[in-house]
Parts: sequence; structure tokens; C-alpha cells
Amino acid sequence: MTPVRTVDVLVVGAGPAGLGAAARLAALGAGTVEVLERERDLGAVRRWAVAARRAGAVLRTGVTVTGWAGPLTLDTTSPAGRERVAARAVVLATGARERPRAARLVPGTRPAGVLTGGELRRAVRRHRQDVGTRAVVVGTEPDAARRAVRTLRRAGVEVAALVTRERWRAPGALTGRLPVLDGTAVTGLLGRGRLSGVRVRRGDGREATLACDTVVFTGEWVPEHELARSGGVALAPGTRGPAVDGAFRTSVAGVFAVGALLHGGASTVGAVVRGRAVAAPVLAYLSGRAPWPGAGVPVVADAPLRWVVPNRLGAGGGRFLVRAARPLVRPVVVVSQDGVLLLRRRVWRALVPSRSLPLPAGWAARVDPGGGPVRVRVW
Amino acid sequence: MTGGPLPAEPYDVVVVGAGVVGSAIARELARYPLRTALVDAADDVGEGTSKANTAILHTGFDAVPGSLEARLVREGQRLLTRYAAEAGIPVEPLGALLVAWDEEQLAALPGLARKARENGYRDARPIGAAELRAREPHLGPGALGALDVPGEGVICPWTTVLAYATQAVRAGVDLLLGCEVRDVRPGHELVTTRGVLRARYLVNAAGLYADELDRLLGHRDFNVRPRRGQLIVFDAFARDLVRHILLPVPTALGKGVLVSPTVHGKVLLGPTAEDVDDRTATGSTAEGLAFLREKGRRIVPALLDEEVTAVYAGLRAATEEDDYRIACHPGQRYVTVGGIRSTGLTASMAIAAHVVDLLAGAGLEPGPARELPAVRMPNLGEAFPRPYADARAIAADPAYGEIVCFCERVTRGEIRDALASAVPPASPAGLRRRTRAGAGRCQGYYCGAAVRALFEEAR
Ligand SMILES: Cc1cc2nc3c(=O)[nH]c(=O)nc-3n(C[C@H](O)[C@H](O)[C@H](O)COP(=O)(O)OP(=O)(O)OC[C@H]3O[C@@H](n4cnc5c(N)ncnc54)[C@H](O)[C@@H]3O)c2cc1C
Repeated sequence: MTPVRTVDVLVVGAGPAGLGAAARLAALGAGTVEVLERERDLGAVRRWAVAARRAGAVLRTGVTVTGWAGPLTLDTTSPAGRERVAARAVVLATGARERPRAARLVPGTRPAGVLTGGELRRAVRRHRQDVGTRAVVVGTEPDAARRAVRTLRRAGVEVAALVTRERWRAPGALTGRLPVLDGTAVTGLLGRGRLSGVRVRRGDGREATLACDTVVFTGEWVPEHELARSGGVALAPGTRGPAVDGAFRTSVAGVFAVGALLHGGASTVGAVVRGRAVAAPVLAYLSGRAPWPGAGVPVVADAPLRWVVPNRLGAGGGRFLVRAARPLVRPVVVVSQDGVLLLRRRVWRALVPSRSLPLPAGWAARVDPGGGPVRVRVW
Repeated sequence: MTGGPLPAEPYDVVVVGAGVVGSAIARELARYPLRTALVDAADDVGEGTSKANTAILHTGFDAVPGSLEARLVREGQRLLTRYAAEAGIPVEPLGALLVAWDEEQLAALPGLARKARENGYRDARPIGAAELRAREPHLGPGALGALDVPGEGVICPWTTVLAYATQAVRAGVDLLLGCEVRDVRPGHELVTTRGVLRARYLVNAAGLYADELDRLLGHRDFNVRPRRGQLIVFDAFARDLVRHILLPVPTALGKGVLVSPTVHGKVLLGPTAEDVDDRTATGSTAEGLAFLREKGRRIVPALLDEEVTAVYAGLRAATEEDDYRIACHPGQRYVTVGGIRSTGLTASMAIAAHVVDLLAGAGLEPGPARELPAVRMPNLGEAFPRPYADARAIAADPAYGEIVCFCERVTRGEIRDALASAVPPASPAGLRRRTRAGAGRCQGYYCGAAVRALFEEAR
């Protein structure tokens, strides 16, 4: 039999959210708090790691959680061997990744030089690898696209164009010439061995080839939900991340989920803040004061909205975040349950797929716990 | 021997093409005290059609009865199944269900069972809608019944080629890569991109280019007309949706689109069947992918909700005839292995045995056969133990506990072993075919740079 080591709280993932959660939990006296991270090198989040350690959390890198051995019990692999760790509470903070080329169904050849923003960053920052001479950046989210442009330029790569299906013209503060092809779709990759170009289709139907030896697909965050799913945690249909209530509680007792895992890309600082917010609910659960809630009323987003988080009602206040699937100009957002109006709010700006809209949660108290799902939609 | 100058003395046999077929032939020749070279234009083995197929280990139940292909597929399946067990090539004997979606297809099933019997396969039997549904609960609505073909299985196409080539190299075959045969002068002087190579006997296993090489030797027996097959690979989370190889009922328009688990724990959807002129047209197309998704939505609707991990396309070396084009030209001491279209992986070992017989018939005296050195390939199969979960392996060598590719759980130890192997990879893509590193859902988001660094370090 594999021996089992026991801790109070096991945090999986030392990204900003996991480290924020661990720091706060340790500071609030949650007992033994351990963070497991499969990467060996923490990269950009090192300073949050220092804070977590200082607060008393144990951080172990190069340790991969490979699956569940039972409720709240995880199997791990590291150079030190296989280990089984049991916890009183588990916080999943496994983050999100950018959807790669194949999953975007971009046709064409399969040459070298096709990256995601994350791979580009690691290649340049950590490994100082050659990433070509002339690149095209693809993406709908200005933050992620801008980051890729900066990384490329720092590596001495010319950025030929930024291609986005969206209608935004500039990804924010960037200096230097950067042609932005908005309303444009990537329709194919060219080249054998090494990428030689990218085919694009403009909004007016015109096609063009952009010569380049590197293409970087950015944004389109996909929750890294393998561990959640293999542990039987229910996913929310819109986000494909774990369904949670306002206290970050998933469908599985004792399992919490935070950060980008819930809905994809989020800013580092925002993730740290939200990671910290899980500490109080975890402590309440550990103290036995807060029994695990039942399924709760689901909160769902109807098209053209893509998702809403949290997506189950339960205790825990805070706000709701809503994301659109396509740009919406000054929409009216409506929240209702079984035809009963709970909230109606005009948004005085355009809602874009790359930014969340916060919604107040005051209406949650008026939801009928025995009723149907709460629907968020636009008029 | 992948680089450096070519030897001046003639080889007894030169096999052109290090796909699954040429590699199997070289391995078969390696049993004998012959000087054999396995030559390929690419810088790795299996870079042609052999790396991009559907990876089914066929029974040959639906072959043209009496054809050479029918016989070699049948024998090849038996041989490769046994060899796979010895060499550690992952195989999963899942069985196939040919699903009938309309009355016409349903009516065709008994005929297919009869044809299977003509091909010497006796276990195929029609099953009803209820049994089908019980065995494939995620099948889309409207399936009327199926033909159960329990003998079909799935195999790792990459490990198969590597096992053959590794064993051939260990037994003394020279593997000459980056060596494209451009011309053949009388007396089997092969003019290659690496110099001149001499051979007493020549085997043409050049796949899509077999007709061109054949012409250099004065033959115009067939023309290769590439038939492209595009495929979509779905993430490991789709694996639980499918239990068998779900084959379509073949129609006049071709074999159609299947949904099949892979030994790597994923699910394949494809292939298309498009005649193309360009022998390098291994790209995917928007139309092809849309077509496959529409088919997939019908067969297993939930499949489409999962992430796609890869899209690829392979070219079948189709010719004007509905059979393999294997021909021996004894006067020329030359064997052509052409038209190995959509079953060559399965048939490879039987093709190899057949080709060595033909060479012997053409005057090659191979000498006494000997045991080949045993090979045991690293396991890429999801159904078999892998190092990351093997406490003893990690205790003996901590590199097997250092996971580099998280999605596929490939360790630094496995990557190191592949880089130091008898037939090492020439690119990160070659490393992927040997380890699965980078073959998962993130497609390199997490590990791509780290894997490339390990690859570059070993150069
Ligand atoms: C979409 C698709 C699905 C398939 N599914 C299955 C399946 O499920 N089961 C199955 O059993 N089979 C399947 N097949 C068939 C199988 O993949 C092929 O029959 C097999 O790979 C053919 O191997 P080969 O060695 O003949 O060709 P290749 O793998 O193409 O090898 C030929 C080699 O010759 C080299 N070469 C060519 N010309 C020269 C030259 N002048 N000099 C030097 N080198 C040269 C090339 O570089 C290449 O490496 C499928 C094929 C396709 C396309």
C-alpha cells in the first residue's frame, strides 16, 4: 500500500491564484498548507511565492498531481517518487492555457514556427530560444496579444501584423509601427519544414498572404481542468471550468476552485486577489461551521453571452462576472428565474469578448432555491 | 549511420524508402548475412504516409477477396499482432462496429459478413440496434444496427516503424537518411543527394514516389494518384465516449469516415478521401475539417464538445488498380512495392516476407537465417504502464519522475532515452513520435520550449 501523507489544505497550482490562496490561508492559521506545482521554475510569479512561503505555506515545485486516489486524496509524481497526499480541503488553481492552432481548426500545413503566447514567452524568457525573424500575432484579447508583441520585439523579431477577428484597432499602449488587421480571420498556414506565411481573410472577403516564419496564437483561454474533471467536479457549460458558487465551492465536498481555472485568462494581480478570497470559505469549511451546500440553483448565460461566474448559487457574496461571445453595443443585461425578473441593467459601453462585465449580486437573495436555473441574457 | 560519406562497396540489397513497408523489409533482410542499406530522402524514418494514418490493425474482412492485398493484410495482422507483443508496440484489440445509419446500409451488412468469410474471417456478425446502443451508449441517434467485427484493433503506427528500423539497425543494416535517390544508372548505381550508392539488388518501397523510381528503372506499370485523408484527433477526455472502432458501412464512394480510439488515449475522426495531384499536399483544408465535424456530430455528438489536440493529413498511394502493385523483375534484380494504399501498416510484415521471397526467386541467396536481436520499445500506449506512474522506475532513476510534457505525462527520462536511441529523432516532431512529448491538448503551451531545449541540448 502506498503510504498517505496528510495536510490540512492542499493547493494545486502555484500560479497567482494558488499562491494568493496559500499565503492567505497560511496567514489565517489554516494549519498545514501545501502548494504543489508541476513546473520546476516559477518564472514571473516568484514574488508571490516568496509571500506564500513567508506566511508559512509549503511550496513544492516539480511535483505533478496525476490523479485522485480517493476523496480529497491525490497521487503525485516527482523525482522523489510517487506520493499520495490527503487533505481536509483541496483548492484547485490549475490555471488556463491558450487554445492552440489545431484546436482553433486553422487549416494548412504543420510547419515549425507555430506557437501560443505562453510557449513564446517560455521560449524567449526561460530558454532564450530563436523564435524566427518575422512574426504574425493572432488574437482577440488585447492584453494577450500585446504581451506577445512585446515578447517578440524584445527577442528582436519583427512583428509583421496583428490579426484579430474583433473590431478593435489597437491593443493599447505599444510603441512602434504595428499594422492591426481587425475583422480578419486566419484561414490557413503555409510552408513545409518552417512556416512561410499565413493566409488571412478580411471582413470584406478579400484574401491575402502575410509572409512570416512565426505565428503566435494568443488568448482564447481554456481552463486547465483535467484534475477537476477526473475528480468528478461538475463543469459549467459556458466556461468549461468547474462550476462554483460565490464561495468557490465546486460540486465535490471539500474541493474549491479559483483563478483562471474558472474562466480563462485573468490578470495576475486580479487572480492573486481572487485567490485570497477563497481563504475565508476554506476556513469556514474546515471549522465545520459551513456544511457543504447541495447542488444549488445553476446560473447560466444565454447566447450571445458566453459565460457567467459564479455559476451556482450558494452562500458567499461578491459579484458576478459576465462575458460576451461577440461584441455587443450598449446591451441591456437581464437576470431572471422562471420568468421572474431579478435584475435589469443597461451597460453604457460596448461589451467585448475579451473583458468581463461585473454584475452586482444583490438579486441573489431573491432567488427561489427550489426554482429553475437563473438565466442571464441580453435584450 | 545517418550522416557521413556513403561506402564505395556495393550493398547486397538497397531498400529505398524507410516508411513502415521499407523498414519492415529491411528488418526481414536483417535476419540474413547480407549487407543491407535502408535509404530515405527524409532525415528520419516514417516521415511519409507511415506517420499519418488511421492506425487500425485490420483483419482484412472487407478486402477484395482473392487479391494480394487480402492475403497480405490477413497474414500481416497475425504477424504484427505477435511481433507487437514481443517488441512492446501498443495494440488494443477493441473490435470494430460497422454502424448502419439507414435501411440501405443495414441491408448491406449480411453481404459484408459473407465477404468477410470469403476473406477467411469468420467472426463478423450483424447485431441489432439495442445491442449496439448498449455497447456504444454515446452513439448519435438513428443507428439501426451494426456489423460486429471483434478482430479489428488499434496500434501505434509510430512505434511500429521505429521497432522495425531499430531492430534492423541493431542487426547491422545501414540506415542512410537525408539520402534521396535521384537517378538509377545501369548496374544499380543509385545517384543520391549524398553520393553514389551501389546495390546488387534493389527494392523500391518509395511509397508515393514508387512509380517515379519505377520509371527510372524503365517501368511504366502504374501511376500513383495520391488520395488525401484528413483526420482530427480529439483530447483524451473524449476517450470514454467511444469503446470500439466505429466504422462506416462502405459505399461506392469509398470507405467513409470513422471514429476510433487511439492507443495514445485519444479519439480519431476521419479520414477524408480526396484525390489530389500534389504528392506533398499533406495540409488540411477548411472544407475537409467542416466535413469531418459534420460526420462526427452524427456518429458521436458529444465528441464535438471536446478540445481538438491535433489535425493532420496523410496521402494514400493509390494507383489505377484496386490492389497492391508488387512486382519482381528478376532480370533486373529489382522488386517494386507499389500501391500500398490504406492497409500498409497492417500488412507490413507480410509484405516484407513476400518481398524477401521474391528476391530469393530473383536469385538473391540470402544464406542462413538467424535470430534478430530482441527489441523492447518504450511504451507509448495509454492502456499499459508508463514510467511516470512507476514508483520502482523512478526510484531507480529520478529522471522518470520528472514530468516535462504534462498533458501526456512524458518524463525527462523518456526524452533522454529517445534522444540517445539507435534511431534518434531529427526534430522535435520526431521526438514526439517517440515519446508523445507535445502530442497533448496544450500543443506545447506548457512544455514546447522545454522539450525543444532538451532536443537542442542533445544535438
Ligand atoms: C489517411 C490514411 C489512413 C490510413 N489508415 C491505415 C490503417 O488504419 N491501417 C493500415 O494498416 N494502414 C493505413 N493506411 C495505409 C498506411 O499508412 C500505408 O499503407 C503505409 O504507411 C505505406 O507505407 P510505405 O512505407 O509504403 O510509404 P511511406 O510511409 O510513404 O514511405 C515511403 C518513403 O519513401 C521515401 N522516398 C520516396 N522516394 C524516395 C527517393 N527517391 N529516395 C529516397 N527515399 C524516398 C519517402 O521519404 C518515404 O519516407 C492509411 C493511409 C492513409 C493515408
